[in-house]
Parts: sequence; C-alpha cells; structure tokens
Amino acid sequence: MIRFQLNGKTVTVDVDPSTPLLWALRDNLNLTGTKFGCGIALCGACTVHLNGDAIRSCMTPISAVANQKITTIEAQAADRIGKAVTDAWVKHDVAQCGYCQSGQIMSAAALLKGKKNPTDADIDAAMAGNICRCGTYTRVRDAIKDAAKAIA
Amino acid sequence: MMYLEKALAKQGIDLDAIALGSKQNASRRSFMKMSLGGAAGIAVVPSLSFAQDAKTPAPKPGQKPTEQPAAFVTISKDGTTTILCNRMDMGQGIETALAMICAEELEADWSKVKTAFGNQKGNYVDPAAGMHLTGGSNSVKNSYTQYRELGARTKAMLVAAAAKQWKVDAASLKAENGFIVSGSRRASYGELFDAAMKEPIPEAVALKDPKTFKIIGKPTGLKVSRAKSTGMQPYGIDVKLPGMLTAVVMRPPVFGGKVKSFDAAAAMKIKGVRAVLPVDLDRGAKGIAVIADGYWPAKMGRDAVKVEWDDAGLGKADTAAMLTQYRELAKSPGRQAPADRFKADVSILASAPNKISTEFVFPYLNHAQMEPLACTVDLKANECHVYTASQMPGVDAATLAQVTGLKPEQINIHVQMAGGGFGRRAVPTCEYLVEAANVAKSYIASGKRAPIKVVHSREDDLKAGYYRPFTLHRAEIGYDNEGKIVAWDHRIVSQSILKGSPFEAFLVKDGVDGTTTEGMKEPYAIPMRVTVHHPEVNVPTLWWRSVGSTHTAFVMETLLDEIAVATKKDPVAYRMSLLADDARGKRHKEALQLAVDKSGYGKKQLASGMHWGVAMHESFESVVAFIVEAGMKEGKPVIGEVTASVHCNFCVNPRTVETQVQGSALMALATTMENHAITFKDGVVQQNNFHDFPMPRITDMPKIAVHIVPSNDPPKGIGEPGLPPFAPALANALRRATGKPLREMPFKLA
Repeated sequence: MIRFQLNGKTVTVDVDPSTPLLWALRDNLNLTGTKFGCGIALCGACTVHLNGDAIRSCMTPISAVANQKITTIEAQAADRIGKAVTDAWVKHDVAQCGYCQSGQIMSAAALLKGKKNPTDADIDAAMAGNICRCGTYTRVRDAIKDAAKAIA
Repeated sequence: MMYLEKALAKQGIDLDAIALGSKQNASRRSFMKMSLGGAAGIAVVPSLSFAQDAKTPAPKPGQKPTEQPAAFVTISKDGTTTILCNRMDMGQGIETALAMICAEELEADWSKVKTAFGNQKGNYVDPAAGMHLTGGSNSVKNSYTQYRELGARTKAMLVAAAAKQWKVDAASLKAENGFIVSGSRRASYGELFDAAMKEPIPEAVALKDPKTFKIIGKPTGLKVSRAKSTGMQPYGIDVKLPGMLTAVVMRPPVFGGKVKSFDAAAAMKIKGVRAVLPVDLDRGAKGIAVIADGYWPAKMGRDAVKVEWDDAGLGKADTAAMLTQYRELAKSPGRQAPADRFKADVSILASAPNKISTEFVFPYLNHAQMEPLACTVDLKANECHVYTASQMPGVDAATLAQVTGLKPEQINIHVQMAGGGFGRRAVPTCEYLVEAANVAKSYIASGKRAPIKVVHSREDDLKAGYYRPFTLHRAEIGYDNEGKIVAWDHRIVSQSILKGSPFEAFLVKDGVDGTTTEGMKEPYAIPMRVTVHHPEVNVPTLWWRSVGSTHTAFVMETLLDEIAVATKKDPVAYRMSLLADDARGKRHKEALQLAVDKSGYGKKQLASGMHWGVAMHESFESVVAFIVEAGMKEGKPVIGEVTASVHCNFCVNPRTVETQVQGSALMALATTMENHAITFKDGVVQQNNFHDFPMPRITDMPKIAVHIVPSNDPPKGIGEPGLPPFAPALANALRRATGKPLREMPFKLA
C-alpha cells in the first residue's frame, strides 16, 4: 500500500511497488488525463509534477512517490499558473488530436513556475522532451509566451 | 459492376448484412460507388459521385437515414445544441467543421454548440461512400451539403413548431442565434425542440447565401479544445467499462509466425495477471494474450512469458536485400499503369540532347500516431460492443460479425476520439479490432468473460505492421536545351497496398495499384510512361497520410526543379510553363502565385547560405505550394521561413486549414530526418521506440505561414494535401546549397 498526495488529496494505492506512476494514475486512480505515449520517457505525454517539477510518470515507480506531492493535468484548471496555461492553450487552439497536450501543458506549467518570463531557449529546453506528431509546436510556443504575460 | 460488393462477398462479407441501420438499398448501393479513392487518391477513380441503383426508386429528399435531423441534432431545454459527427476525429477537426456547417444553416448559437460522434449505423454513413468512413481527406467534401441541409431542415422544423404554437404563418417567422422570433415574440430552440422533432421533415430546403455566413469561413477553434487542454477529453485508450480487464498481446517477430510452445508459469505468478492464452492474430499468425487487471501487470506478465516461435516457410524481409532486388526489377519495365496519362511513347528518349537517369529510394514508414492503438471489446452471447477509434467502422462491423459469429446488427462500434491516425486506423483487414475480438473470444473459451481492452505498447505499434511501402523509383528523362521534356520513362517498384484487401478489385487495375502511381505527372504536360513492379513481400502495408503522393510528389517536384535549373529557367516560371490553361492548371497557378507573392520569392534578399526551394502538388483535389528558405550549416539543414499556399476551394474553417498544413509539413519534415525509417532484418522490424524512430521536436519546427486562395467552389480536402510538397521544396533549397540532388529519404546529407 503506497500513500501519496494527489492533486491535494491523500490517496493510497495497492499495486506492485515497481508499477509506474502513470499506470497507477490511469488504471487504479482513474485519472486518464495523463497519457501513455512511449513508456520510456522519450515523448513526454505522461508528464506530471512531482513536488512541482515536471517528471515522466511512465518511468517513475510508484514507490518513488510515497509521501510526495503529485499534480496532474486534471488539477491545472484550479491552479493559477495551470489555469493561465490551459487558457492560453484554448485561446491559441493548440490542440489538434490533443493526445500529447496534457504532457505539453504540464511541461509548460512547470517551466512557468520556475521562470516567469521564459526566452525561446528556455522554452526549447523545457519542451524538447514533449513530442507532438500533429505539429502544434508553433502554437505551443506562442501559448507559453501568452500564459507568461497573463501571470506576470 | 459492384466491385467492392463482390470483393467483400469473396471474403464472406455480406454487405446487405452490414448494419447500415436502414432497409433502404440506397445506402448500401452507394457504398459500391464509394470513394476510397479518396483515401487512395481521387485521381485513381474519377467518377465517385453518389449514384442510385437503377432498380431502386430514389427516396425523397429528407428520407434517407443521413438526412434525418433527429439523428444529428439534439437541443436541450437550456439551449445546449449537440451536433453529431459522422466521422472519426483524429485531430483534423472534423467534429468542429461539420458542426460549423450545420450550425450555420440552423442559425444556432455557436457558443452553445457541442459535438459528439455517431456510431457505424445507417444515419452516420458517408453520404457518398454509403459507409462510416474517415479517409481520403473527403469528410467536408462529401458532407458539406449534407450538414447544411441537416441544419436547414432542423431550422425549418423548429419554425414549423413555433408557427403551430403561435398559430401564425411559418413564413412570417425568423430564426436567429438559437431563437425563433416573430415580432416581439421569442421562443428558444430548447423550448421548441421536442415539438419540432414531431414535425414532418421537409423535402426541399433553401440554403443560405454564402455571403451571409456567420460561422462557416471564419477561423474557429475546436469545440473540444478545452477538454483536450484539461485532460478531460477521453480517447479510445482511456475507455473503462465495469469489470474490464486489460490485455497485451505477444505477436510473432516475423509476420504470420505461430507460437510453437510457451510457458506461462512465471507470468501467472505476477499479481494481477488473470490469464495467458493463445490467440489468433493477423495474417494467420498465432500469438499469446496476457490478460490482467491493468496494463502494467499485463505487460509484466508478457515480459515473463517464455515462448518459442515457428516462422518456418515465412518470407523474412530484409530491406538491404530488397534494395538490390528492387534495383534489379527497375532495370526492366513493369506492368503498364492503366491511366492514359501514363502511356506516352518514350522511344524518342535515346535521341534526346540532355538526359537524367536516376533512382529514388523511400523507406517503410510507421504512422506513429501519439495514441498507441487500443481497442475494447465487450463480447456477449448476442451482442458485441466495440470501443475504439477506427476510420472504417463500416468494414469493421462486417468483419467483426464474421469473427464473433454474431449478426452485423449485433455489432456496435462506439467511435472514440483518436490521438492521431494518419491512415493507421483505416486497415482493410480491421487487424487491431479483429485481434481484440479474438482476445475476448479466447477468454470466453477459457470459461470466463469480461470486457477486455487490448493496448499496444509503443514498441507493439512500431512492430505490428502496416507501413507506408518501401518504394524505389527509376526515372529516365530526356529534355532539350530549352527545358522541354521530350520523353520521361518511369518505373516504380513498390508493394501493392490494396492487393488481397477488399479494395483490390476497386483500385487495382491491370495489376497496378492506383495508390502507387497517384501523384505522378499531373498536372504537368509531359510525355510520360509509367510502369510498375509490385513485388510480394511479407510485410503488411497501408496508406499513410497522403498515400502515394508521399513519394511521387518528391520525385516529380525535385526532378522538374533540376531540369529548370539545368536549363537556366526560374523554377516557378518553369512550372507555370508546364501548366495547361484549363481549370486544373488555373488552380495550380493561383496556388503557386500566392506562395510567390507572400514569400517574397525572387525579391527578398536571403541571408548568405540560404536558398529558395519551391514545390507544389495536388492531392485529394487540393493544391498546395510550398516555398522554403533553407541552407546548410555544419553539415545540417537549416530552415528559414516557410510559406505555404493552399487551393482547397471554399474553405470552411481557415484555422483548421492552417493547422493541418503546418502539421502535414512537420510530418513531411520528419520523413527527411536521420533514421526516420522502418527497416527489416530476417523478417523483423529493427526499430523499437522514439529513440530509433525519431520524431521532430519543438526545436525542429520551422515557422510556416499558410495562405488560402479565395474560392467559392465546392470544398475539397485538407487533412493530407499539405504533406507531399514540403519535402521536395526543402530538398530543392538544399540542392542549391550543396550542389547535390537528394534522392533518398531520409535525406543523406553527409
């Protein structure tokens, strides 16, 4: 039984300790907003926050998050920065298929928590781990800059 | 000649039994006239219009299942207007586009419009294809008038209901922004809707003057944009049913391989693993399903299964050896491609003053949609519910009826949002759905039953098959000193995508698969002969966003560019000179000229080392031109500004046109990048995941401006046409930078 903070609430999950956080979220805790894309931290679709930092939940064993704070896409609308990011995403019509966008938004929100006014190089560094097959990258960049203005 | 019907019948599929939801033959018959040519390139099948079976009296307008407002529009008391989409959405935004079209004529309040998907049954078939089908960039093209009429009919019924209630003449009423208005009297659509649906469906409806459009033609965000930005949009892989189990499948390393023996003891010890069972797979293969409480125990279970495979007698593809074999084949002409435009006399070639003799090589490609394939099957004694994102639920339902032994009307395909598709979800064999049904059957055969979701890992997705075919082109061109092409003898070596599929009889003619040759020659006035070799290889192939044009556009547009430059002609002017003065030529000229005007081509001073690259191509009846600024820096390509122009006739949602063209360009860019190829050794796919089948990142994304040629002609496709011309435009710029032509994808620039 592993206990951790999920989107501000204490949860427990009874799975093998090696189970990646991604699958505990999706299969055991019924939060399917966090997506499975590659399983080996190459695409970023599974990005969540561990104590505020972006991590790839597909390679993070559930045992590693015991007693830690995990935040997922589902909680972003209730977060000042997360809300600004999702609003900017809607305003810029970033999503096409949308499957990677939970991860894109989580990476962007983590970036903006650390850097209020990110440069293009900051955006490159923070977002290069997130693959979008639909080619929304230009809008991702524009939306991040817009969200930065909104929270300034 | 009902080609498709016969083809399906040969496979034991009875089209009458496909659950079209209506007894009317119109739907079924029109299926025969369907345009999977759309999916395969419209040029292949020129006559694709809806046609009535001569013996069946045509139903009156408004009577067909595809014309029933109640099946498409629901308005709740609070005004929420739900418009059902008769296609699958994989990011192309069709759920929004069709809702825009319907809402325009309905005079709906756009802020209250929501979207949802219809199932595979009669109401939601493509009116031109007669089956639920998403492909060939033809959704708006085939459903534009349908959805306008649906909106107009719904509005007329709301008006009729209000007129009855108020005892006034319907002609005196106006519909505006979700209300029926008569002087100072107003009733909301929500109040009137139930009564309206009891009114007769009008046969004839007047459609709006496009000049008065308020929604259509305006850049419009996706209706699901917020849901997709908050984790609230469910996809096929997210489906969860009560008591559902999750399965992963062990597939043989060589296509068609069979399990010789397996040991599940270790797997069964893993907590959460429920069963390890043999299962029938695609192409006669036999594999193993590991069924568990969730994905992770299923995957752990699969890792623990010891298995021995039998691949005796199977073809074992080796792409290095295939290159040699394909080159050998290309030394002699193949089967003559059937279209007249490919039958020029090329005997004059030998005496041409200038010649190009060269080859092009294109690898197998995986679609790599971001959402790995997933399919949930809830199989019961007398019904089967299938939850997946499929581009061809009509064919799926018929095939699954065979697999399950149920009647087609007992199969219900619940169409899910797709995390990308690019053609991978339009499999004529319905492979991943059949697999999931077989897993459900195996579990039932073991004495248990549960809804089961089969999930592909990324590795499964890369290795399970269905690739854009490995393709070799051989071109022998003769041209004079003025750049006039006197003869062009062309050979293509590529597996047939459609041979052996239900579409073979429809799109394979004279032994030549139309998806192999589409995009060659047209629209240029060039004397060309095209012949084709279709080798048999034990690798399943499939359409991949823009299909044949993924390679034919590259060949055409890079070779023409070389001839232009070799004869000291401007590449834009040279292309213009090869275009006819007909409607088709005009569309090309307009598209190319717009790209020239917007890019500053030939006028703007480029930075040192940067060069112009031009290309254009028509696919799925839309023309896209690209002008790319690019050069080489430290052995790597550098892309500057990119300008695209699009002629897709009347444009329903300019925002979607922009995003589809930008996305298509990035997908094309991927195909040029190092290691972006699927290769085989001993019959086994060599790539595993995004480290060895890499994808462009945010750092690779060029700035792409998209411009649309204004037009009032009937709308055409946009999901695919942006892809083919990007790579050749880039290659043409890079050739000028390096002096060396690019003949291979991915690009070899070292």
